[in-house]
Amino acid sequence: MHTKTLTELRAGLAAREFSSRELTEHFLRRIRQFDGEINSLITVTEEQALAQADAADATLARGEGGLLTGLPVAHKDIFCTEGVRTSCGSRMLDNFIAPYTATVVEKMAAQGAVMLGKTNMDEFAMGSSNETSFYGPVKNPWDQERVPGGSSGGAAATLAARLAPAATGTDTGGSIRQPAALNGVTGLKPTYGRVSRWGMIAFASSLDQAGPMGLSAADCALMLAAMAGHDDKDSTSLDEPVGDYLSDLNQNLEGLRIGVPEEFFPDTLDGAIADSSRDALRELEKQGAKLVPLSLPSINLSVPAYYVIAPAEASSNLSRFDGVRYGHRCDDPVDLLDLYKRSRSEGFGEEVKRRILVGTYALSAGYYDAYYRRAQQVRRLIRDDFARAFAEVDVIMGPTSPETAFKIGAKVDDPINMYMADVFTIAVNLAGLPALSMPSGFVNGLPVGTQVIGNYFQEGRILNVAHRYQLATDWHQRIPGAFA
Amino acid sequence: MSWETVIGLEVHVQLATASKLFSASSTRTGDEPNSNASLIDLAMPGTLPVVNREAIRHAIRFGLAIDAEIGRRSVFERKNYFYPDLPKGYQTTQLAEPIVGAGVVELQLEDGTRKSVRIHHAHLEEDAGKSLHEAFSDDMGRAMTGIDLNRAGTPLIEIVSEPDMSNAEEAVAFARKLHAIVTSLGISDGDMSQGNMRFDVNISVRRPGEPLGTRTETKNLNSFRFMEKAIKLEVERQIDVLEDGGEVVQETRLFNGDTNTARAMRSKEDANDYRYFPCPDLLPVLVSEEEINELRDALPELPDARKARFVEAYALSEYDADLLSADLATAAYFEAAAKQGSDAKLAANWVMGELTARLNADDIGIARSPVSAEHLGELILRIKDGTISSKIAKQVFDACWAGEGSPDQIIQSKGLKQMSDTGELEKIVDDIIANHPAQVEDYRGSDDAKRKKKIGFFVGQAMKATQGKANPQQLNQLLQQKLNG
Repeated sequence: MHTKTLTELRAGLAAREFSSRELTEHFLRRIRQFDGEINSLITVTEEQALAQADAADATLARGEGGLLTGLPVAHKDIFCTEGVRTSCGSRMLDNFIAPYTATVVEKMAAQGAVMLGKTNMDEFAMGSSNETSFYGPVKNPWDQERVPGGSSGGAAATLAARLAPAATGTDTGGSIRQPAALNGVTGLKPTYGRVSRWGMIAFASSLDQAGPMGLSAADCALMLAAMAGHDDKDSTSLDEPVGDYLSDLNQNLEGLRIGVPEEFFPDTLDGAIADSSRDALRELEKQGAKLVPLSLPSINLSVPAYYVIAPAEASSNLSRFDGVRYGHRCDDPVDLLDLYKRSRSEGFGEEVKRRILVGTYALSAGYYDAYYRRAQQVRRLIRDDFARAFAEVDVIMGPTSPETAFKIGAKVDDPINMYMADVFTIAVNLAGLPALSMPSGFVNGLPVGTQVIGNYFQEGRILNVAHRYQLATDWHQRIPGAFA
Repeated sequence: MSWETVIGLEVHVQLATASKLFSASSTRTGDEPNSNASLIDLAMPGTLPVVNREAIRHAIRFGLAIDAEIGRRSVFERKNYFYPDLPKGYQTTQLAEPIVGAGVVELQLEDGTRKSVRIHHAHLEEDAGKSLHEAFSDDMGRAMTGIDLNRAGTPLIEIVSEPDMSNAEEAVAFARKLHAIVTSLGISDGDMSQGNMRFDVNISVRRPGEPLGTRTETKNLNSFRFMEKAIKLEVERQIDVLEDGGEVVQETRLFNGDTNTARAMRSKEDANDYRYFPCPDLLPVLVSEEEINELRDALPELPDARKARFVEAYALSEYDADLLSADLATAAYFEAAAKQGSDAKLAANWVMGELTARLNADDIGIARSPVSAEHLGELILRIKDGTISSKIAKQVFDACWAGEGSPDQIIQSKGLKQMSDTGELEKIVDDIIANHPAQVEDYRGSDDAKRKKKIGFFVGQAMKATQGKANPQQLNQLLQQKLNG
């Protein structure tokens, strides 16, 4: 069962080939078997999963059910789940049992999804390698000496190892797409405001967006249909009608204009990675798409702008973790200042502290104009670049990541090099656009991803492009040997 | 050489909305600690704010009342600092783009002069919670601090004036006028005892013609009286410092009303860097021309208009009208009493005199006065129709205050009805004259001027005999008639 896509499992449940309980037990068994190796889950909610599976079976027996009835899913541990530890990969929240449930989780549960557990992640989603987690690094199922990417590295590895057929992720600068690329799975970051942020622990509020991760674009479409929609509880959630993502999947690509920015194929890019994405473009060309060379000149400013805006927002968002109301509190504080200092020093890891300091600096008196305001100006330039491009093309494509999975520990002492891993993904968050990463080949036995960027609310279009590509290729069906 | 004082105010006004600025929790006070604190108020991870539109409308109403420009687009920002009663680690407030722009408030001072105080702007923000320092200890008996987040997130407008006031009296008049405006608008309960209005006072002194001196800020004054005292104290202190050749240090000061002293809280050097930036969880607040017009059309009567009406309709003096019209509850009370008693002048005198004195003495708001406006009106009616004298009326008022019933019931049960029956009174007068021959002789031997004084003795005797119930005019007439006769 674990080699099947979510879409196939859904059909299997409908045809009574197996029950949700059987399916759920199967994945729980695999988690027991493999999670010790790859460390992709922080919490497994076995009892709750089986209860939800039984309820789903009863629903299915009545001939009823929603989009996800009886289908197991693993949620990133950034989403609050009532009664279940929600750690955000941090010691700070190691003892935090969420008192409520995130809208994303609630919407998927309302469509009948079965929650298997909570996936590992970089602490507070700050990282591109999953090495900053308090719960230890996640291993890449394709090569366990390597990172799975991040911050949704636990989710991507869970999928690659087939420990769950579906997962949720969040993407602030590439945290869905980069790990998807590094694990050979498909992940979609929707338009900012498409999916509610209520109950999703904030990293950088103006960039954070939840999205689906799965084995195929069709699976992501199925999940997105359940996740998307306006939420009164999130002021930045947009009241746009939700697309018919499943129907859009099969449209043909005749006349599709694909923008190919020169900035996505720089001379310094690893030739094998560039070739993988070029091959993907050729395949789509074969299906009737037209390639349009273009330029996004401001995109080279996106990494520095991002590393001002995201830490600035994070420095404020993470102030609530003060040891007063919940989360880690130091032992025997002598006074208030001691309580703050030690609770936060002990509760946060190095990368989180680094970003809080950077963000605090960027917002401080005398530096605000030079850093934060300037970064916001860059953000507008990037948005304008994309707007000009989308006047000419339907989607924009290029490699998701400039590199394949790197060795665990290789970059921990080189944050700038680590930050450059997000060079192709970050601009999309700054502009608030939807983008997807799909498997497009292997280099030295490691997966490579290609990114498809759409205009605002064009999730249906980019899922369609990826789906048509996946109909003609089998990269997304490959399973790492040890987990087949 | 004399000194000039320059005063500017920052006034926090709690808005009377049912729920908080960014959550659905009740703004009710007096409940169990943390019973009105939702996931959002507790700043649980992953929670998000949604702005309360009624708070926006209240702020706009205030802006319209002071003739200010309304921000068609206003932006909430985060003011970052750590404090246990600030759950998010930042206060959501407005800075660069506030909801209410520059406006003006007109004052009438006690000496009859008028003054305009310019408003720099007014912005919306959320209140913090409260730290409870009393009566908490851990297992080992060490003192602990409790946090009550019921107030956290309650909507406030902060009104920032220009430094247009030059003494404590003007500052108090300004504060009272703001109180009158916000209560008339119904956007705040204006209950000072509940901290519904709090004042931060910026004060500096200078020699006439010189540039502005260094200012200090005295924070969190919660009554007009404390504000007046704090200003006088600080002005005096600054002048002393300067006259001794010292320098005023820019600092924040705390006033203690119990001891009438103040102390420095923190200097400019230790001031927080609040790292303001636009709150990414909230969209800019957009206000349409249509909404503004709708709110303008529905504005209730404002203090200035009400005052003009009181002068016109009730023939009150400017000063009396100003006092009675300022506070909505007082105005409503006065109008009801005047209507019931069908005598505005008498009603005005009673409200500003006896009633206010009693309310102040017992520290009760007029809305909760034990003597209702209807009761006072009834009392006035009985004075006017001669049932009781003004003197007896005070006695009836006291009984009514003590909850002994309506004025009519009290007059009835206590037998306070004025003795107006000529026959009965005549008998009493005859008795007094018969029993005091020496005084009668003395009176009759006096000239007119002296008689006027000496009749007082007989009036006193008659009042004593009737327990004050004799109708004074009738008594006077009768006595004169008999004695002169």
